[in-house]
Amino acid sequence: MTLITCDNVALGYGSRVVVDGLNFTVDEGDYLCIIGENGAGKSTLVKTLLGLQKPLRGKILLNGLNAGDIGYLSQQTAIQKDFPASVNEIVLSGCLARKKFLPFYSAQDKEIAATNMERLGVQSLADRSFAELSGGQQQRVLLARALCAAKKILLLDEPVAALDPEATADMYKIISQLNQDGITIIMISHDVNEAIGRAKHVLRLGKKIFYGTSEDYHA
Amino acid sequence: MLETITMYLEYPFVINALIVGVLIALCSSLLGVTLVLKRFSLIGDGLAHVAFGALCVATVLHMANKMLLTLPITVICAILILRGGQNAKIRGDAVIAMISVGSLAFGYLIMNVFASSANLSGDVCSTLFGSTSILTLTEQEVWLSVILSILMVAAFVLFYNKIFAVTFDEDFARAARLNVDFYNLMISIVIAIIIVLSMNLVGSLLISAFIIFPALSAMKLFKTFRAVTICSVILSVVCAFIGIAISILGGTPVGSTIVAVDALTFGLCFAVNKFGGVAA
Ligand SMILES: Nc1ncnc2c1ncn2[C@@H]1O[C@H](COP(=O)(O)OP(=O)(O)O)[C@@H](O)[C@H]1O
Ligand SMILES: [Mg+2]
Repeated sequence: MTLITCDNVALGYGSRVVVDGLNFTVDEGDYLCIIGENGAGKSTLVKTLLGLQKPLRGKILLNGLNAGDIGYLSQQTAIQKDFPASVNEIVLSGCLARKKFLPFYSAQDKEIAATNMERLGVQSLADRSFAELSGGQQQRVLLARALCAAKKILLLDEPVAALDPEATADMYKIISQLNQDGITIIMISHDVNEAIGRAKHVLRLGKKIFYGTSEDYHA
Repeated sequence: MLETITMYLEYPFVINALIVGVLIALCSSLLGVTLVLKRFSLIGDGLAHVAFGALCVATVLHMANKMLLTLPITVICAILILRGGQNAKIRGDAVIAMISVGSLAFGYLIMNVFASSANLSGDVCSTLFGSTSILTLTEQEVWLSVILSILMVAAFVLFYNKIFAVTFDEDFARAARLNVDFYNLMISIVIAIIIVLSMNLVGSLLISAFIIFPALSAMKLFKTFRAVTICSVILSVVCAFIGIAISILGGTPVGSTIVAVDALTFGLCFAVNKFGGVAA
């Protein structure tokens, strides 16, 4: 089943077009890797897919998805060093997307949070302070939060940008595992070789837009 | 000592002052954590100066109920400052500085030119540093502050999880379809209301200390959002209680005394964080 269809879309801010003539689709269970130079519009595309901004032209069709069903891991989250928050509090906040008007977390929400913490191997950190974790641990926590928001599809904006090589390899492994579990992945990456090796489709933004399978990209 | 305290507690005005003072401390500390973490610590300061300017205008106009002017103006400025903070072209702190210094200057100027009061500097001083009006509260005012505080606490508890999400990570909250702008707007409006209502107690210069000290102290002691929020409320309430008690016993100005107690508490928390074992 096709989840997302981008039909001749132009992205940008106000009158400034950043990306034009964008066509691609994302199927259920897909693993799409988006690459391109700094400023090519990768984050802009992600924000548009999330519905945080509107495309300048063209249509983005979400099939069987509400915009809030998409789990999101933002690029360099501007979270402050001294923010007092436990891992548990942060992961639980991912459940808010489904709550709408209910003020408190239910037992089911807590279960979902616990499951996702376990999935990403951070359950032992549940009561720790987020600020005191390593970069790799922090990304896992934020990924667990994104999973609470959405079971179907994840949008990851440079999830390994600030990680050391070991944590990077770890992160890629986790993401592949999630994809094998049936979660659709859209990931932005700088690290072309490693990322594309695992992806099924590649979208390159820039002067010449490329969209195709990762085998075709290498050829 | 104890006798003096029991003697004072027999006066209803002392009880009233304690009730209202503690309630203001409670309400102002609830959102303090959020403001500090959102790097909006100075919004309280800026708004307090705006409220001062508006109060000066109201005084000059001989308005019977000065709140009718100060409240709307302060709320509007709260919204403007917030919008400015989101606009990358003018930095948030610059907007706050502009509005706050501007209204302070205009307020004093207007008072000077138009006011007929013989005791101008006394009037200005009590607006800036709080007056003794907390000791002359009517029963009606006490009830009003009790009701407002209950509403405030209830709203905070109901929206607690959303306030956390919006404070921690606005982008994610937006992606999760929370109405981030609405919550930011509500936070500013509530802060503006608290500032106007508590100006009588601590005065406009000291109100932001009232908002941020308990939050900063609590952040020295605890590392989770819930613990920090609860701790800052408790610290704020206890400090206000002690401050008011000291000021009644020692005849010191109420606002300054409370803030002095807040500052000492912060020093204590800082020392505990630095040299002692830190609570988890
Ligand atoms: N909020 C914004 N307003 C206006 N222009 C923006 C905004 N955010 C990004 N841009 C511009 O859009 C272009 C693409 O940015 P972005 O999508 O962040 O690139 P990437 O993520 O690929 O590095 C850049 O030239 C950037 O300057
Ligand atoms: Mg980017």
